[in-house]
Amino acid sequence: MRQRLVLGMTFASVLVLSAIAYAANQQALEDRVRDIASDLRCVVCQNLSVADSPSDLAKEMRNRVREMVEQGKSREEIQAYFVSRYGEFVLLSPPKRGFNLLVWGLPFVAILVGGGAVFLIVRRWSAARPGEQARVDPAYAERVRRELQDRTP
Amino acid sequence: MIATLGHFILFLALGVSLYAIMASIAGASPCRPEWLASSRNAVLVLFCLVTVAIFLLEYALITSDFSLRYVANNSTRASQVQFKIAGLWGSLEGSILLWTWLQSLFSALVVARGSASDRHDPFLPYATAVLQAIAAFFLLVMTFAVNPFAPLFPVPPDGRGLNPLLEVTDMLVHPLLLYLGYVGFSVPFAFAMAALITGRLSEEWLRLTRRWTIVAWLFLTGGIFYGGWWSYRTLGWGGYWAWDPVENASFMPWLIGTAFLHSVMIQERKRMLKVWNLMLVTLTFSLVIFGTFLTRSGILSSVHAFADGPVGILFLTFLGLVLFSILGLLAYRADRLKGHGELDSVVSRESAFLLNNVLLVGICFTVFLGTIFPLLSEAIRGAKISVGMPYFNRVIVPLGLALLILMGVGPLIAWGRASLHNLERNFLRPAVFALAVTVVLFALGIHSLEGLTALCCAAFVIGTVGWEFFVSTRTRMAMTGEGALPAFLTLLLRSRRRYGGLIVHLGVVVAVIGIAMSSVYKLETEATLKADEQLTIGPYTVQFKALRAAEQPTHILVWAALDVSKNGKPIGELRPGERFYPNQQTPFASVAARYGFREDLYTILSSFERDGSSATIKVMVNPLMAWIWLGGLVILLGVIVAVLPERRLALLAARRGAQASERSPA
Amino acid sequence: MKRILIPLAAVPILLLLAYGFWTDPRAIPSPLVQKPAPEFRLTSIEAGAPFALADLKGKGIILNFWASWCYPACYEEAPLLEASWQKYKDRGVQILGIVIQDNEANAKEFMQRFNFSFPNALDPGSKVSIDYGVYGVPETFFIDTQGRIVYKHVGALTPALIDQQVQTILKGS
Repeated sequence: MRQRLVLGMTFASVLVLSAIAYAANQQALEDRVRDIASDLRCVVCQNLSVADSPSDLAKEMRNRVREMVEQGKSREEIQAYFVSRYGEFVLLSPPKRGFNLLVWGLPFVAILVGGGAVFLIVRRWSAARPGEQARVDPAYAERVRRELQDRTP
Repeated sequence: MIATLGHFILFLALGVSLYAIMASIAGASPCRPEWLASSRNAVLVLFCLVTVAIFLLEYALITSDFSLRYVANNSTRASQVQFKIAGLWGSLEGSILLWTWLQSLFSALVVARGSASDRHDPFLPYATAVLQAIAAFFLLVMTFAVNPFAPLFPVPPDGRGLNPLLEVTDMLVHPLLLYLGYVGFSVPFAFAMAALITGRLSEEWLRLTRRWTIVAWLFLTGGIFYGGWWSYRTLGWGGYWAWDPVENASFMPWLIGTAFLHSVMIQERKRMLKVWNLMLVTLTFSLVIFGTFLTRSGILSSVHAFADGPVGILFLTFLGLVLFSILGLLAYRADRLKGHGELDSVVSRESAFLLNNVLLVGICFTVFLGTIFPLLSEAIRGAKISVGMPYFNRVIVPLGLALLILMGVGPLIAWGRASLHNLERNFLRPAVFALAVTVVLFALGIHSLEGLTALCCAAFVIGTVGWEFFVSTRTRMAMTGEGALPAFLTLLLRSRRRYGGLIVHLGVVVAVIGIAMSSVYKLETEATLKADEQLTIGPYTVQFKALRAAEQPTHILVWAALDVSKNGKPIGELRPGERFYPNQQTPFASVAARYGFREDLYTILSSFERDGSSATIKVMVNPLMAWIWLGGLVILLGVIVAVLPERRLALLAARRGAQASERSPA
Repeated sequence: MKRILIPLAAVPILLLLAYGFWTDPRAIPSPLVQKPAPEFRLTSIEAGAPFALADLKGKGIILNFWASWCYPACYEEAPLLEASWQKYKDRGVQILGIVIQDNEANAKEFMQRFNFSFPNALDPGSKVSIDYGVYGVPETFFIDTQGRIVYKHVGALTPALIDQQVQTILKGS
């Protein structure tokens, strides 16, 4: 008797767990589809992704993505498929190779160069005034500064 | 009749503006008052002429005079009157006329104010000449390329109408705000050019145009936020910013304009960075022209582009002229521009501002690079690529966060010498606050790294601003015995710039919180539902009841009746739909949403079966989306505080001072 | 002397923007040209018979994607397609039509209106259209006797174009 109970409970929990896993997987599937689709360009829209676009072709591209995800294809494979059909244009974010490295790298290079330049300039400008000011207790100076600020328009 | 009259007036206006340029230059140096007076009159006459042209075109639009091609293309008999009026800027020719009118208006304001003061202003003649040259260009485009008064024959019985997406109240606001911003920036630009031409490179030109800069910035900010709000409520993809080339075109001048607003403060106090400020303001205006070029040339595909014919070439030529003039003048005055730079210490507000500039210019560079990169790639590699939202978000978000942190730290650092010890003390409290908030948020369930980072930085800024307000108010209360609110208000009014600026920063932070939360915690689901089927998203349940169609004067509306409940309790009905217009191949979305302070429930009808048996509904829950628009309003408030006029302020402050001294025993 | 060079810094960007006038931002070049045509298997509308690329080896193929809502281009080229079919069907050329994002009733009406006597099939779910990188209508692929795509045309066809491409696709045989 106890055996049957245990068997029944195991069976029931397996069912329940599979249902949960299936639902979670469905959600996970949808999330994966959205994730991949949001990196693909809707070719009949202006600048929208396949995930965001309300157009019919985009919906069908989403379905194709879903199909490929269900077949177990990876993100790279799915992207490669669309690129083989529509060209690099269909990737909403340029792949990080070759010439495209410019667009990925230059912004950070620019910031670093700019930041470096600022640092050098600031150092040069503050070195130009080597004289020491009278030593004032910083807390007192701060309070004076505050009160002055409040009084002056 | 209106056609010929209108076109003639534009020709006349072109002549007047050319005369104004020559008269200003003739009267500039040595100072010849008769020529200057003549040029001033010419500017005012130009304004009158262009105003008449506007009236003519509006008259034609309102009376549905389809003998003008522009009226036929941008309105219909059945349109409501406000949309007939808005048809003025509905497409290319009219938008150029509007721009010209604003340009002539601002020129008139500049000369009117200039002659109010009896000091001889060395900048005014050249600034006038530059402003008139810009107006002359736009008039040239209208008289020789795209005439808003072009006739149409045979006269059609009815017009084609505005693009249906534009027949909304938003159309009355968004373009105007943006144009006011764009044209507004031409004034500081003109004065900067005047400074370069005259060689007077001290701070005068900054002072003269400070208010123009702030107001132009305000309008541009308002226009950008409004555009996002409009996109979100209307376009039906659930987002508000797609990094579309024309959106970027409005964002770039905004970024440089913001950098300029900050770095002028260094020049005002320390007389440094002359070259840099000149470059920033001229770059702002160049980007404005670049933006107009992008919108009107058709070289990049975009939602906004309304391109045609030779206009693109004309704008490219103008952009070239502008860039050559700026660079030529900078080269010409190179020796006078060598600033003497002195800082008291490496850690100072000046450094913070410089860093702010690096970040803002860096972000602008990124946006620019991303926008033209497809063109560059095609030119060099022959390959057509896309640079879209994922790229921009990935690169710009970290830079934005860095800027956010700087926004908190900057005001903490004193001008000139700031000791690290000092900085640490001021830094400590807000940092602890930020950390505490982060821990609380984590406990409340927010586990996303990007979300937590953004919120932590936001809390930091709120901490610094809040602490500043608190301490200053408390000090003042102790000093004058006022209550909390009067003390705070007096502080606001007395240090308008500082407190206005802090409120603007708060507004930015509120918007950032909205942006972060609505993107990280957005819920989205799409399902095809038959009658009485439902879907769940978050705490909401959406049930499809029926599909209906209704015939409207200008279109057919198909909508789905959805019953919505939250946590089991019914909260109402939403009706997302699609609008089918006879002239358009694809239908337009009709978004149905419940907008709220905590979150937005957003529904769209993606598609449907013709027999009404099922409908595909897309539903989104966007948390804190409203905070983005609220942030924009707070920014507006902050700018108003910062630019309140001096006199009224002093009166208010004096009155409060008097009240305070009455209350407290002397 | 060096100073004169400063204004020239603007030239590269202006040149790049000017280059933009020569390109069409909406035209997407097809990567399938000179590659084997993707296989498909559909059911023809008229006869209900299968309709597959594999069955047509050795023939030159004109594969045309159209829709009944595609106005005016598809309406312009429809008579030309039927005329070309009559002209070339005995010369080893097969014309196939694929209807995208449409329903059977509208497609049949369109076919009857223009007396289409070549096979046409609906493309449910736009699978074949996506497989061919189609982004608008009409689009036409010219496939040679070895099954390679030699040319893709976007927009309405012209007689001269068809004649020229038919020569190319039959060259192999």
